[in-house]
Amino acid sequence: MAAERFSWTRWWAIVLKEFLQLRRDRLTFAMIIGLPIVQMALFGYAINTDPRNLPTYVVSGDHSEFSRRLVSALQTSSYFRVEGTLPDAASADRMLRGGQAVFVLHIPPDFSRQLVRGEQPALLLDTDASDPLAPGMALAALNPIVEQVSRETLAGPLSALAPQPAPFSVMVHRLYNPENNTQYNVVPGLMGVVLTLTMVMMTGLAMTRERERGTMENLLATPVRPLEVISGKIIPYVAIGMVQSTIILLAAHWVFHVPFVGSVLAVYLVALLFIAANLTVGITLSSLAGNQLQAMQLTIFYFLPSILLSGFMFPFRGMPGWAQVIGEVLPLTHFNRLIRGILLKGSHWGELWPDIWPLLLFTVLLMGLAVTFYRRTLD
Amino acid sequence: MTLAIDVAGLNKHFGARHVVKDLNLQIGRGEIFGFLGPNGSGKTTSIRMLCGLLTPDSGHGQCLGFDLLREHREIKRRTGYMTQKFSFWDDLSIRENLDFFARLYQLPQRRRQVDAALERLGLCSRASQLAGTLSGGWKQRLALAACMLHEPELLLLDEPTAGVDPSARRDFWEELHRLAASGISVLVSTHYMDEAERCHKLAYIAWGQLLAQGSAASIIAGQALHTWQVSGAALNREMARLQHLPGVEQTVIFGSALHVSGRNEALLSASLQAACAQDQLTLQRIPTGLEDVFIHLMQSITDQTQGITDWTQRAPDQPAEATDGR
Ligand SMILES: Nc1ncnc2c1ncn2[C@@H]1O[C@H](COP(=O)(O)OP(=O)(O)OP(=O)(O)O)[C@@H](O)[C@H]1O
Ligand SMILES: [Mg+2]
Repeated sequence: MAAERFSWTRWWAIVLKEFLQLRRDRLTFAMIIGLPIVQMALFGYAINTDPRNLPTYVVSGDHSEFSRRLVSALQTSSYFRVEGTLPDAASADRMLRGGQAVFVLHIPPDFSRQLVRGEQPALLLDTDASDPLAPGMALAALNPIVEQVSRETLAGPLSALAPQPAPFSVMVHRLYNPENNTQYNVVPGLMGVVLTLTMVMMTGLAMTRERERGTMENLLATPVRPLEVISGKIIPYVAIGMVQSTIILLAAHWVFHVPFVGSVLAVYLVALLFIAANLTVGITLSSLAGNQLQAMQLTIFYFLPSILLSGFMFPFRGMPGWAQVIGEVLPLTHFNRLIRGILLKGSHWGELWPDIWPLLLFTVLLMGLAVTFYRRTLD
Repeated sequence: MTLAIDVAGLNKHFGARHVVKDLNLQIGRGEIFGFLGPNGSGKTTSIRMLCGLLTPDSGHGQCLGFDLLREHREIKRRTGYMTQKFSFWDDLSIRENLDFFARLYQLPQRRRQVDAALERLGLCSRASQLAGTLSGGWKQRLALAACMLHEPELLLLDEPTAGVDPSARRDFWEELHRLAASGISVLVSTHYMDEAERCHKLAYIAWGQLLAQGSAASIIAGQALHTWQVSGAALNREMARLQHLPGVEQTVIFGSALHVSGRNEALLSASLQAACAQDQLTLQRIPTGLEDVFIHLMQSITDQTQGITDWTQRAPDQPAEATDGR
């Protein structure tokens, strides 16, 4: 029967219509360009997992040469920003509680005298650990600073009292990102996040919008087939996804100076596959949701685990087993590995394949699901 | 006569609500079939079932020789459905909307056909205007043009002339009769009595039940109503009084006159003559109109549904069976 076959004419009708509607929808258009830029500014500049210049106060009972040197060494380390000194522990407590201070360094009275006598006195650092990530790096930086200062203070005849360096040291060799630059990791990862959000949300709205405006009734009364509608509606968003990828890649290269070790072609091919995977998610959600609001809620429902469990925010291998299992299902996990692999490591296709076939499988399965869930009547 | 639509026993529930009850419709080829009934009576739901937009809960039948339940793709290709609410794309221009439909129906010589449709509509000069910015009446005309673009054999029109001005309505009905003469079958729902009178056949539906089906004359004859027109001053007060006279079954105000109807001719005539002589009202015997009949049908079913809802249990002297024109 002729009517039962896929018709490229009808498919093209849908594609053209979607393009026309998209062109007239200024807000959506602005979002396509604006979202990657805003996200990049946020994640690239504002969010930093290696925070510096944290406000610090000093409660000093010891007005010695050592104390002065220590404070200025803290200042220059750039992790701490010494805001001033406080008279006593009670006021320090208030500052921590009020959030004006992240660190308070207590230098006990007689600290330098005890040091000279070789009594191994203790420094106390109070920290606001309600945000456990913030002080981590700064704390790691503190010990070397103290060590350095005491070595300088105890120069000359007292040098025998200077603390001995530990008998061994661990050297960490940071492969692929030697400067431990968070932006190198975040910016390629951001590509996946931006694509996930825009692709899923926009296609999520695609079908529900027709239903809400009542145009679905007209569409359903024509001989157009579900697969034609679904695949036709997806096409314009593929183009949008490619534009967004380009914006992010350009910014990665020119603004954040992320190294491009691998091939640009590979990046685009992988991005294309990832876009397709996300579009099928969006269109499935769109078929499931009753209205645009529900579609938005479903999008967020999908977006959160994608961001949290994909290894974008937290190291994938550090998650509990069940979370890793969920993460392995999500396209963003595989895309993160692929894009970091290509950009930072220059991986070749053989190395990329383990993360490519899950994306392919995911796309095919979801496309089938979308066609199954497509509502053929108004019931 | 071959039938364009022949369905029997169609039922549709929305949740617990029985919206269409055992619908039987027979519409011949080349026939203009009017579908009437009060708001919420199930007209739109019935039409949607005919073009495959809703799945009937039970029932069977065929449209254009194709099975209603299994071959709705074939039915859709040969049917033009105009929705009650404008459901073309507001953010596409008039031409783009027509073009989109032309592609969906895979029309040959698409550009020429779209141009011709624009010409017929008289919208050539405004072809690039967005459909959402059209006035209500023009939207209706665009929708009609779009659903006739693929030259369907069957037109399902859901209140196509709602909000359309009188001269455009006249043009529209002339066009419908031309189409019918060329063999196209039309099912059209409407609330206008003048339009109902232009249909070859009519069906009247209320609360999901088909109350009458047939030509206007046979439906009127089936009710066996006799009608007098009463005119004079203070008709509202008169109506309240006349309602309780023996033989009066129904009083309806039509503009500046009152239509009083009943089935017992002698009794009604006597009551009215006495009342009118007393109050100096003008009394005139008139032929019963479609509207009188529909109001009567509505009333009888309202009375019925207050007690029980089963139509089949009505008394034999009630009008349902007699009205079926077939
Ligand atoms: N999708 C739906 N879900 C639930 N109820 C519905 C739905 N569509 C229609 N109904 C109900 O079914 C009944 C019949 O509606 P329908 O639209 O068929 O009436 P109609 O005869 O076309 O009325 P109108 O003259 O106002 O257009 C109404 O009571 C309506 O509330
Ligand atoms: Mg209706």
